Amino acid sequence: MSDFLHILDILRPYVAGIALLSGGVIVLIGASGVLRLPDFYTRLHAAGVTDTLGTLLVLLGLILLSGFTLLSGKLALVGLFLLLTSPAATHAVANAAHKAGLKPRLGTVKSQAPGEASGDPS
Amino acid sequence: MGYALSLTVAMAVLWLMLSGHYDSTLLLSLGAGSAIFASALAWRLHILDGETSPYHKLWRFFMYWPWLLWEVIKANIIVIRTILQPDMVLTPRMVRVKTMPKTDMGRALFANSITLTPGTVSVDLDADEVIVHAVLKELTGKEGFADMAARCARASGEKDPVK
Repeated sequence: MSDFLHILDILRPYVAGIALLSGGVIVLIGASGVLRLPDFYTRLHAAGVTDTLGTLLVLLGLILLSGFTLLSGKLALVGLFLLLTSPAATHAVANAAHKAGLKPRLGTVKSQAPGEASGDPS
Repeated sequence: MGYALSLTVAMAVLWLMLSGHYDSTLLLSLGAGSAIFASALAWRLHILDGETSPYHKLWRFFMYWPWLLWEVIKANIIVIRTILQPDMVLTPRMVRVKTMPKTDMGRALFANSITLTPGTVSVDLDADEVIVHAVLKELTGKEGFADMAARCARASGEKDPVK
């Protein structure tokens, strides 16, 4: 049993590293989505990827690195507060755009290849 | 009284977690004093109710969160796959979701859950519907929203959840 726990303790930094790295990659994917998606509303969804899975994986990695201490509890609290507040912020931004009369692009939208993108400021 | 007590205990626990001081009597008494003072202020403002102090039904939320987390992960994979396509084909939709929990807490939980799930954002909200913007038409299934609304209603303590 103690051998098993010992192996888990050796594996911990590696699992933490994998979580941190994949979290970082997902945050990058979310950022590229914010740049690539065509209009305001669809860009919000890409930001949502960064808000949820990206931050959760980074926090999971940090919690694994810190072990079972007060610090990991604080990191879990950070995650809880992020998950409670980020949808409120996203909703506030989306609601403001909707109230101001910004029309979303609906139907089927095909994105252009990077070179031929016309200057769409929205 | 129950609300004031549970709010005080919750703030004391939060104070202990964030400060990490367990051995200094002076600091501990100051922390306890500030928790009691904040509860007294909330009581004087007449805002002590099930919304400011929802700790007695926290176990319902703990039942709901794992399910929500799994939904968030599934939706993340869908959105990430869409973003990474070289030629993105999006089917954005604005849909009205009519199935709603009845209490304010349930509605807030439902709208926040929709926004937290990538691919869907609640854009506007009133008593009997949410307007949702979705980036793909696959994410606007009626059954999915109805399922989430029923779970939110149950999580916020409704006796008779929406069908």
